[in-house]
Amino acid sequence: MIQIRGWLAVVRKELTIYFSTPIFYITGFFFLLLAGYFFYTNVVYYSIISFQAAQQASNPQVAAQLNPLQMVFRPLFAVLGIILLFLVPFITMRLMAEEKRSGTAELLFTYPLTDWAVIAGKFGAALLIYLIMLACTFTYPLVLGLITRLDWGALGAGYLGLVLLGGACLSLGLFASSLTENQIVAGVVAFALLLLFWIIGWVQELGAGNLGKFFQYLSLLDHYENFTKGVIDTRDLVYCLSFIYFFLFLTKRQLESRRWRA
Amino acid sequence: MQTMIEVQDLTKYYGPQLAVSRLDFQVAAGEIVGFLGPNGAGKTTTLKILAGFLAPSAGTARINGYDCVTDSLAVRRSLGYVPENVAIYPDLTVTQFLRFAARAKGVAAKAETGEVDRVVSACGLEEVRGKLVGALSKGFRQRLGLAQALVNQPPLLIMDEPTIGLDPSQIVEIRQLIKNLEGAHTVMLSSHILPEVSQLCHRVIIINRGQIVASDTPENLSRQLGQGSRVLMTVAGPTDQVTAALAAVSGVNRVLSQGEGNYLVEADHGVELRPQLAGVVVERGWQLLELKSQEFTLEEVFINLVTEETTEDES
Repeated sequence: MIQIRGWLAVVRKELTIYFSTPIFYITGFFFLLLAGYFFYTNVVYYSIISFQAAQQASNPQVAAQLNPLQMVFRPLFAVLGIILLFLVPFITMRLMAEEKRSGTAELLFTYPLTDWAVIAGKFGAALLIYLIMLACTFTYPLVLGLITRLDWGALGAGYLGLVLLGGACLSLGLFASSLTENQIVAGVVAFALLLLFWIIGWVQELGAGNLGKFFQYLSLLDHYENFTKGVIDTRDLVYCLSFIYFFLFLTKRQLESRRWRA
Repeated sequence: MQTMIEVQDLTKYYGPQLAVSRLDFQVAAGEIVGFLGPNGAGKTTTLKILAGFLAPSAGTARINGYDCVTDSLAVRRSLGYVPENVAIYPDLTVTQFLRFAARAKGVAAKAETGEVDRVVSACGLEEVRGKLVGALSKGFRQRLGLAQALVNQPPLLIMDEPTIGLDPSQIVEIRQLIKNLEGAHTVMLSSHILPEVSQLCHRVIIINRGQIVASDTPENLSRQLGQGSRVLMTVAGPTDQVTAALAAVSGVNRVLSQGEGNYLVEADHGVELRPQLAGVVVERGWQLLELKSQEFTLEEVFINLVTEETTEDES
């Protein structure tokens, strides 16, 4: 049980640092500003299209496309996914790099905490920070739900996708931060790797056969897209959870090697 | 007596560079041991290995019976570590940080507040409790470093240069804090300040270039390793004649006149010359104003040891 306490201790410490430094407020502000902007334009666009459709003799195919999930939330989810690529490195770059640079790692790693307690604690705190930001965007469907009917199930799948995508990006960011003592380097590495995992599926379009399929399976974008369509597929769940575990595991290996190399 | 630290053949390489070479020593429970050596001698590396922060390249280190590599968690539970230039999260307040330390060290939730209060008052941190660590003066930060190490009352405290960078009054305060730990904790501290070590420690381990060159009480070290014995005399009389007369006493190796009637007489180790010297002076009718034997200071011992090593290596 002591390690649950240790894990919680790290989570609380990281949260306290997040809340007492500007990084959380600034990333949160711009995340919500951008999300709000896209939500607003999507709603305006949707209402214009719907208005036009109502005036013209309605085409059943067009009408079927005209629901808030397709017209407002799917594009919003797609944009939020891209915003994550930019924001996550700012949330994670401090986590390990700053401990090493400032020397606080020396205390942290001489406390009786397992490496997993430290890693999961830092990851947990970053995820919580992200969930707080994400929870704020939930006001959009709540407001829209007042004036129109929404498919809450599909919406839920989209949000689950965002949570998992966020988790995956954060675990990769945490790993990048464990590689260096320079926050900027950690941020750049995280961003570059995330971008790579986002677009790696494009290889398939070059017709690379099975190898192309493999790369497509690795792509964050492909798995995330299914969630935004309202589909929860076990393969996507497994992919995201393994992605998170894989990078947390790499982070652990990285920490262990510190003891030997110094 | 129970052994707190047991180090055998401890070796550490940083890449191709040898930092610590086949170190062997033991520290008994309750001892305050000083780890002394010039900069770059391997003090910090050894302490980091003991604290579980680094793994040794070869050899073993056991603390409280647990191995530093295979039982790292148990080792870390038995010690409090004060790193050199204690770095602590600048964005936390003193209380927030100590609470974190208490939770991380597995202090029970109910005991947490009491434990934080205890170390705050033990280290005199009451007036800065609510301050951000980043805003603390160097002296308070050092005390906070000591306070976090004391959380959960570990049997062993490891301190790397606990007084470095402090002003003289702060140094006195920190030394007093360390003195207060005597009895309740085993303390291993490193330093390159000799008076500090001779004041605080029961035993001194001198290390140079990654190897132990001496290990004993400060008094024994200055007695045994001081080269020969020395007598300081003040005699009223003609300088040339006094020097010649003293040099003529059998056993005397050298007489140095230091002016104003002061003489330093050097002899082989363990030879007691004071009665003969006093006799000679009185015989000649000079006045003997002062006569005392002078111990070699730890500083001289240290310099002797360290330079001996160097010249041996060079030859």
